Amino acid sequence: MTPLAVLLLAAGTYCFRVCGPVLHRRIELSEQVRWVLSVAATVLLCALVATSALTTGHGPAGWARPAGVLVGGVLAARRAPFLVAVVAAVVTTALLRLLGMT
Amino acid sequence: MRSFWRTLDRPLLRDIALVALADGVVGVSFGAIAVSGGLPAWVPLAMSPAVFAGGAQFAALYIALGGGGALAAVVAGLVLNARLLPFGFAVADVLDLPWPARLLGSQLLTDESVAFTLLQRDPVRRRAAYFVCGVLLFAVWNAGTLLGVLAGRAVGNPDALGLDAASPMVLLALVLPALREPRARRAALAGAAVALAATPFLPAGLPVLLALIGLVTLGRPGASSVARTKVAGQA
Repeated sequence: MTPLAVLLLAAGTYCFRVCGPVLHRRIELSEQVRWVLSVAATVLLCALVATSALTTGHGPAGWARPAGVLVGGVLAARRAPFLVAVVAAVVTTALLRLLGMT
Repeated sequence: MRSFWRTLDRPLLRDIALVALADGVVGVSFGAIAVSGGLPAWVPLAMSPAVFAGGAQFAALYIALGGGGALAAVVAGLVLNARLLPFGFAVADVLDLPWPARLLGSQLLTDESVAFTLLQRDPVRRRAAYFVCGVLLFAVWNAGTLLGVLAGRAVGNPDALGLDAASPMVLLALVLPALREPRARRAALAGAAVALAATPFLPAGLPVLLALIGLVTLGRPGASSVARTKVAGQA
């Protein structure tokens, strides 16, 4: 990594971040469009959950991580506290790895 | 900041603190992997505050450590971060502030700060959730990176501790309430399926963006409002 590369990555990332907040007042968004934008954010977050839970690189992530997220997800869906769900996911994954599962 | 702390209730602050703790540990591993792989210390120390996006930082790091070119590292990182553009529009209301605050506050936009913000309905609580989460994550992410750089090789493999399950789990727990709405759920599930199907074939980051195809399940713009008017008319 050169200083220029870090600078370019940082500047480009900041541009992505700042567009919405800067243009917020310039363009009048209807209630409908704002709703679609919030669904779009949900869609992106869900895709991020699916790919980061189930895949590594271009292939499957093995079993330990998906199993951990599944355990935590079931707990969260049953309205278990956030802390319990996250800790359960991490502990399940760590235990499965300890038992030799990838 | 002090009034923000008071705006949010204790359970929410605890949840944000937990996410910050998990991200801090990932920050430690980022710093440690970078220097133990042979990169100079300034690379992780500059990237963490300036880029402030875990996924893109790791992608760029692994490309650099694998001998890939700087350009490849930049492009991969930017593709991964392109999702921040729609996120910025989704939470633009919380950054409707005087210019200095708006420009500085934008740097705090992350998956987690967006997810915590979307959970809140009330405008004041939305802004408080965004800034408390953003500032806290920024602090622990950079502190973690510094710690990792200092500890270097002494830090073990975070995967053995199951920490790679933490970030998908955090986002899943945060996004679940939004999925109780049937149309959002349908769009999100369709999008996730598209992203998973595309993962073997596309560079990292693009499958997630492709998930926006799931929005077609919402139908044509306006179609739903027509349906709503009809229902209202019948009642």
